[in-house]
Amino acid sequence: MPSTLPETELHNPQTTKTPLDPHLKALENEAIHIFREVAAEFEKPVMLYSVGKDSSVLLHLARKAFYPGRVPFPLLHVNTGWKFAEMIAFRNDIVKKYDLDFIEHINPRGKAENVTPFTHGSALFTDIMKTEGLRQALDAGGFDAAFGGARRDEEASRAKERIYSFRTPEHRWDPRAQRPELWNIYNGMIRKGESVRAFPLSNWTEVDIWRYIQVEDIPLVPLYYAKERPYVERDGMMILAEDPRLELLPGETVQHGSIRFRTLGDFPLTGAIPSQATNLEEVIAELEIATVSERQGRAIDRDQSGSMEKKKREGYF
Amino acid sequence: MTVSAIAQAAESKTGTVTAFPAAEAARAVRDTRPLRLITCGSVDDGKSTLIGRLLWDTKAVKEDQAATLRRDSGKQNDLGLPDFALLLDGLQAEREQGITIDVAYRYFATDKRSFIVADTPGHEQYTRNMATGASTADLAVLLVDARTGLLEQTRRHATIASLMGIKQFVLAVNKFDLVGYDRARFDQITHEFRELALSLGVRQITAIPMSALKGENVVYDGKASMPWYEGQTLVEVLELATVRSAQTVGFRLPVQRVSRPGESFRGYQGTVAGGSVKPGDSVVILPSGMVANVTKIITFDLVRNAAVAGDAITLVLDRQVDVSRGDMIVSIDSQPQVGLDFDAQLVALQAEGIQPGRRYWLKSGSRRQRVTANPVSQLDLKTGSWTQRTGLLPMNGIGKVHLSFDENAVFDAYEQNRTTGAFILIDPDTNNTVAGGMITAKRSSLTDLRSDEARVILSLPADLADQLMATELFSRRRDETDLRRMTSGEASQIFKDAAVDI
Ligand SMILES: Nc1nc2c(ncn2[C@@H]2O[C@H](COP(=O)(O)OP(=O)(O)O)[C@@H](O)[C@H]2O)c(=O)[nH]1
Ligand SMILES: [Mg+2]
Repeated sequence: MPSTLPETELHNPQTTKTPLDPHLKALENEAIHIFREVAAEFEKPVMLYSVGKDSSVLLHLARKAFYPGRVPFPLLHVNTGWKFAEMIAFRNDIVKKYDLDFIEHINPRGKAENVTPFTHGSALFTDIMKTEGLRQALDAGGFDAAFGGARRDEEASRAKERIYSFRTPEHRWDPRAQRPELWNIYNGMIRKGESVRAFPLSNWTEVDIWRYIQVEDIPLVPLYYAKERPYVERDGMMILAEDPRLELLPGETVQHGSIRFRTLGDFPLTGAIPSQATNLEEVIAELEIATVSERQGRAIDRDQSGSMEKKKREGYF
Repeated sequence: MTVSAIAQAAESKTGTVTAFPAAEAARAVRDTRPLRLITCGSVDDGKSTLIGRLLWDTKAVKEDQAATLRRDSGKQNDLGLPDFALLLDGLQAEREQGITIDVAYRYFATDKRSFIVADTPGHEQYTRNMATGASTADLAVLLVDARTGLLEQTRRHATIASLMGIKQFVLAVNKFDLVGYDRARFDQITHEFRELALSLGVRQITAIPMSALKGENVVYDGKASMPWYEGQTLVEVLELATVRSAQTVGFRLPVQRVSRPGESFRGYQGTVAGGSVKPGDSVVILPSGMVANVTKIITFDLVRNAAVAGDAITLVLDRQVDVSRGDMIVSIDSQPQVGLDFDAQLVALQAEGIQPGRRYWLKSGSRRQRVTANPVSQLDLKTGSWTQRTGLLPMNGIGKVHLSFDENAVFDAYEQNRTTGAFILIDPDTNNTVAGGMITAKRSSLTDLRSDEARVILSLPADLADQLMATELFSRRRDETDLRRMTSGEASQIFKDAAVDI
């Protein structure tokens, strides 16, 4: 059947876009392959969308994978109610701009019981608002596959995780009984109630993400770029002091400085870094000489080594 | 989105992006495809330490990760460095037992190239995890403890790596600091390994005397302690290694999904698994055998004038043909094999082993179908020879099997194409992946024997046939025979039909 797409293959119009180098091209191809495979094999996939840079890349790849069609599954944002305000505004714009199906979930129990990072501590807060909230949302939607933007270079237990990460009906990950995953052949067979978390960005590093964002010109929440912002220092972290719910502790003062974020999450739990990098080139330049990892700013990972594995066993992404 | 909107979207895309622009050379960094490698060898030979050292010396380990490491290991080695293995052994069970259980994937880069490295377990019971790491690797770094030399496990891993299609090997004679950097010891182990490699048909070997712990001949050279070694460091070898490509073989596109965003558009989405394609090419859809021509190759960025192996594309054909997920679109002049019976080698990955006569799911590319895998022989990893074995193929065993399908299957030999020649077996009860396999050949059956060798077709009472097959003479040549069970009515029909042909 003839298609209605235009006949343009014989001339290549000039452009300013830099082509992907073979390294990024290989990563992109792999991610698109995974997207298509999951979309074809599972009945009800969903894409976890956390508004951060990895999610932004994930979404971009999903749009590429299904072009010229729409993204054939909804995006799910498990909100905690404590995200940076700029993230929510950005998210709403993106959903509209790209004509996406969108679901937001906030754990109703956590909300009713007024669970906050200040009153319950970062570990319990994350447990209820993120892990439990995610489980609720996946169960409610009856999703049998969920895409996530996790990368193996983020953390030691992630480095061991498969691209199709099998989960029990209780959403548990059993690191000792992972299905072997050979070549690029993925086993998507599950029973009712079981599910798979699929990670198209498994083989990307933080530098790859940033370089891809640069070449593909992917829009990001402005918090990733340095700007004069108010913050307080707490437990060795620079916490953004914009939300009125942040109460100053004795001895704390609001300071001002040029800061940015390497990862985005809940504002009370995500530390900024001092930086002068106001655009992508400068962010990448800083990154290439960075001596600490991106997760360093996250309270959740600092509790103990192996804390991520524990959370994942309980159903966290 | 409406159809015309789709068309417009495609147009605007093509209007802004070019296929192969003469871009100013981007940064020299990572301008080639990443090299995938595995480390393998026996327990404690230093695999995890070596990767830790690679990550450390290429600055892939950040300060906070190092601090966590120091805190976790509690101890430091005599060089004041943390226990590198903890960088890799990320699971709690691994840390508790001090061993590697599952594959870990790690990433590092030099100025010249980026690398994906799989750290594989050395224990025999986790051989399957080693096979998993080997399936995608282009190069294997085989470690040997300089004090002990080659072990059975070294042989096992070298064999599996070469079976899984790895052609480039680095023999890392490790812990060289513990043998006083003795050159004779190096020569002796290297010589031993070359004999093993020869028996496996591996020709590309680089042997390096090394101390993973001290970082000698890993990223930095070891001239201070072994001035006699003039060869490359490990990283130099890795930077120059080649990445396998399936671009020289016939065009293959396993169809993952059919894209139908509007009534008048139909595109076939998948990743090119071999060769290349351009508009105007004639293709065949397998297994159906229908023929069509390519009109367009679509990607998000542009409508392209060619696609090569590795590209994730959407293909548009010039006519309405029946194509669905699991089909393969291939070049008309270089087609894969289509048939019901194939020979393969496989690694059994689960405790139940591979059971003769049992029906499994086979997945290859995007195609999933029912199959039985009957073991024929098993590789003795101690001696490297194949011994006949028609019973169960146990976990971690490597066997030759006969695959029999209910419906036509489509394969290339793994030697020719590492994607369209590879498959996994899935247990229909547990849904677990129970084997990884590689196609060696299509089995000739009575109907499509092409050889001129004389054959005899016999029709025997079943009990007599069973007695004949139980004899040693028969079982030794079982590979050369073709067997079908049927009713005597069906058999007499075949002989009647054959009589007409003659
Ligand atoms: N002296 C010395 N010890 C080493 C060297 N490489 C590894 N080791 C030690 O050998 C032990 C086993 O290393 P590990 O990396 O866990 O081995 P794996 O089981 O192959 O992953 C550890 O105690 C290492 O510190 C080396 O080059 N020299
Ligand atoms: Mg190890």
